[in-house]
Amino acid sequence: MTTSALRDLVSRHPGHADEQPFLEVVDLRVHFPTDDGLVKSVDGLSFALDRGRTLGIVGESGSGKSVTSLAIMGLHTRPASEQTRPGARLSGEIYLDGDELLGKTPEYVRRLRGKRMAMIFQDPLSAMNPYYTVGHQIIEAYRIHNPVNKKVARKHAIDMLGRVGIPEPGSRVDAYPHQFSGGMRQRAMIAMALSCDPDLLIADEPTTALDVTVQAQILDLIRDLQSEFNSAVVLITHDLGVVAELADDVLVMYAGRAMEYGGADQLFNRPAHPYTWGLLGSMPRFDRPREERLLAIKGTPPSLINVPSGCPFHPRCSYAARNHGRSEEVRPELDPVEPGHMVACHLTKIEREAIWEHEIAPKL
Amino acid sequence: MFAYIVRRLLWAVVLLFLLSVITFSIFYLVPRLVGASPETLATRYVGRAATPETVHLTAERLGFLDPVPVQYWNWVKGIFIGAEYDYGSGVEECPAPCLGYSFITRQAVWPELLDRAPVTISLVVGASLIWLVAGVSVGVISALRRGSVFDRAAMGTALAGVSLPIFFTGLIALAFFSYKLRITAPGGQFVPFNENPALWAYSLLLPWITLAFLFSAQYARLTRAGMLETMGEDYIRTARAKGLQERTVILKHALRGALTPVLTIFGLDVGLLLGGAVLTEKTFSLNGLGKYGYDAIVQGDLPKILGVTLVAGFFVIIANLIVDLLYGVIDPRVRLE
Amino acid sequence: MSAPAQPAAADAEQDSNLIIVEDLIKHFPIRAGLLRRQVGAVQAVDGVNFAVKKRETFSIVGESGCGKSTTARLLTRLLEATAGKVTFEGRDITHLKDAQLRPLRRDMQMIFQDPYSSLNPRHTVGKIVGAPFRIQGVSPPGGVKKAVQDLLAAVGLNPEHYNRYPHEFSGGQRQRIGIARTLALRPRLIVADEPVSALDVSIQAQVLNLLEDLQEEFDLTYVIIAHDLSVVRYVSDRVAVMYLGKIVELADAEALYSTPMHPYTVALMSAVPVPDTRRRQQRERILLSGDVPSPIKPPPACRFHTRCWKAQEICRTKEPPLVELVPRHQVACHFPENYPPNEAADLR
Repeated sequence: MTTSALRDLVSRHPGHADEQPFLEVVDLRVHFPTDDGLVKSVDGLSFALDRGRTLGIVGESGSGKSVTSLAIMGLHTRPASEQTRPGARLSGEIYLDGDELLGKTPEYVRRLRGKRMAMIFQDPLSAMNPYYTVGHQIIEAYRIHNPVNKKVARKHAIDMLGRVGIPEPGSRVDAYPHQFSGGMRQRAMIAMALSCDPDLLIADEPTTALDVTVQAQILDLIRDLQSEFNSAVVLITHDLGVVAELADDVLVMYAGRAMEYGGADQLFNRPAHPYTWGLLGSMPRFDRPREERLLAIKGTPPSLINVPSGCPFHPRCSYAARNHGRSEEVRPELDPVEPGHMVACHLTKIEREAIWEHEIAPKL
Repeated sequence: MFAYIVRRLLWAVVLLFLLSVITFSIFYLVPRLVGASPETLATRYVGRAATPETVHLTAERLGFLDPVPVQYWNWVKGIFIGAEYDYGSGVEECPAPCLGYSFITRQAVWPELLDRAPVTISLVVGASLIWLVAGVSVGVISALRRGSVFDRAAMGTALAGVSLPIFFTGLIALAFFSYKLRITAPGGQFVPFNENPALWAYSLLLPWITLAFLFSAQYARLTRAGMLETMGEDYIRTARAKGLQERTVILKHALRGALTPVLTIFGLDVGLLLGGAVLTEKTFSLNGLGKYGYDAIVQGDLPKILGVTLVAGFFVIIANLIVDLLYGVIDPRVRLE
Repeated sequence: MSAPAQPAAADAEQDSNLIIVEDLIKHFPIRAGLLRRQVGAVQAVDGVNFAVKKRETFSIVGESGCGKSTTARLLTRLLEATAGKVTFEGRDITHLKDAQLRPLRRDMQMIFQDPYSSLNPRHTVGKIVGAPFRIQGVSPPGGVKKAVQDLLAAVGLNPEHYNRYPHEFSGGQRQRIGIARTLALRPRLIVADEPVSALDVSIQAQVLNLLEDLQEEFDLTYVIIAHDLSVVRYVSDRVAVMYLGKIVELADAEALYSTPMHPYTVALMSAVPVPDTRRRQQRERILLSGDVPSPIKPPPACRFHTRCWKAQEICRTKEPPLVELVPRHQVACHFPENYPPNEAADLR
């Protein structure tokens, strides 16, 4: 996909016609050399995101969604010298507010981490250091980037804990992570991530480890804080329901590549990729009449060392045969199907719409 | 937390009691159970040509004819209020804490132990500080540079350190550094710290390094494994995501988790060695507790063996207690349980 | 007091029940202080009644700490109940000794959440799936190998994979191996604790479909423990909702999902994110405040009153019993939703 197509997608939102989007990822590749071969975790991924908006990246395990987020944050261990040590090989471009990050020194990116871009993780128990109090960890995050004394930072930490809805923040600030409930821990984690008022927040499966009623609270909290801080949010999840709840745009990933990319309404109402259909068909839905049978995707996710040729989804795709071998041989590009909605699939628009309308939609 | 400390302390007392019973039994009860008479025990304390009457008399004087529980009671009483031993040629005083009275050297055991302890303590404290610092540093660097030349060299050396016995490395070191190069003190010298600290360090330098070499090897491996594990923890990723400098991530966040098992082992090792670093003391001819115990065994001097065993056990139990309590300090999850 | 699913349980009704649970209680003691005295108990399961019919799928749904997994372990006697009674095929199994349990293990099997840790990595698939035959001393017609290969085929695995090791399989395939093992001795009852929650969405659907096919083929009765309300609705005939060790609502799946009556059930359902952006705006969400209280000191009377928007004085003083408010729909609440039923219909 070209950069102009990306701009096109972002420019749907008024006021951004020719500006570069706040976060732009162009042709990102993250490869890991291993003894068994080269693991291509992310292989040519592009997307863009503006302030105040939320991008949902959806995929199953091994799709490359978390690897992508770590690449943006500069958290992959890169080899110090050529071929000497194991580590990630990254290529492509990542622009944060016009600043290309992959070409920068680790020290430069470190200074941005926590300050301009922050991250929250799936399991808040293991993501917080058990040896230090919650307050200490927030204070630490704040003081790296702000030259204030401990007293001021502590006040800020209490402030943040209060803002994310933790009762009695003045005393909870001195508690250890294991003394918090799962939901409270995730709130504390969010407080820590937002302590320096970052412009970009990456949430990697932020609610997967939580109960459903607590999940609803945390999703609400992220939504409220986003509008308060006007930050750009990347929401990484395997749960299409969570995406529908929060995201403005959605990127569906499979085997390290983008399968479908578009506005949330487009993607949920007019999904265009057979893999997206498969994901929707695999989920039992309780907002609809009970399914007779789930439309499971056949087979298993591919190896990232031997990614299938052509379209990586073709061995599991029920419609690949219609493309007369093109799916096996030619890697499909992410092409627009309607303004702001792109899909990487060899099916023609007519075929696709016919399949969706007659075969898929009635069964969902 | 308070209940935790009290429970641990009570446990230590119980263990000490059990330890005394068991050691006492090994030396005084077990021989009787396998058929030795009080007289057989007493033969060790008389000359070879002694008549059966002399032997019997000696057995009586030493209390070997009493029932074993009474012997144990007398022995424990000696620890707390002192004892007197009638050796025929006069009454020998053994003031509290009386851990026994050697009938071979005609000395009370406790003052001898007190005399020997500084040697062992000096040896162990110095060596343990060296191996802790060296082992942990090497382990951390190895973990951070996994697969590098440093890592492979360090782990290779560590393997050698673990497998080579101290009487081998010690003798080689003595031959090379003390006798050939003459840069370290020869064996058998010990200058107390309060007499001359510089000479004290000089006299112990080689034993320290040799003993530390053996232990740093284990500590480097342990630290490396611990670091590799904690560096993979989610909270390390969080620390980096906050924008912390790598040295802060390692020293503040990773090392703390990695050191917990290291400190446990450290406490136990130090406790064990304080009871006598037998091989090291023997190799360098240092008159510490270990050599004392060794000599006692060679001579079959039961009261000495019993005394040194009890002291060694005491150190291990105390070290265990300290480690347990330290756990609460190090890990808040234990403290607030 | 023993009131299983149907209060007017006739003999015929009793006969069709495979497993009956009466007033089941499991408290895990908490010890503390100098003498390790018992200072309290985690009231994991606290007075649970239900009956599972033959060939039905009965699900228990709830959030973490509600006692659903403990209930599963009590049913299969991996745990022994503190009080109450579990009857399996007319036989009281509540306090059977290990030796007496052994034959029972043939008839009830368990599927676990984690397909990685529940298979021994050093054993081949053939050995894992064939283990129940060896343990129970059963020689199937045609030999163990033939039986194992048939089982592998039944769960959709290649029978030629007999000699492979678990690490060679993906998560979904491992869960299939686990399922094949549970089927070996033709059990009557399978208790599945979060059978698909560790699996990817696309694989989840495969395994759910498989469980459904196997139920037909092997005449199975399922008790499924899950936290995912969508999965539960898809697989279940009847569903029990648990909160802090108690069943708060028990009904046919369709009735429960169309007209939930307990406020907790209503809140739980409204919290589930749905993959449909159109519903984002319309949906009326009931956001429960706070966390689930500790099962060590559960709130008195109705345990949900601390988080319930309808709670009144009576909820704090009198525990609502689980009663059948409409036929086949039991609920434990002083102020149920969607009740009386016709009013609910109007609201819709």
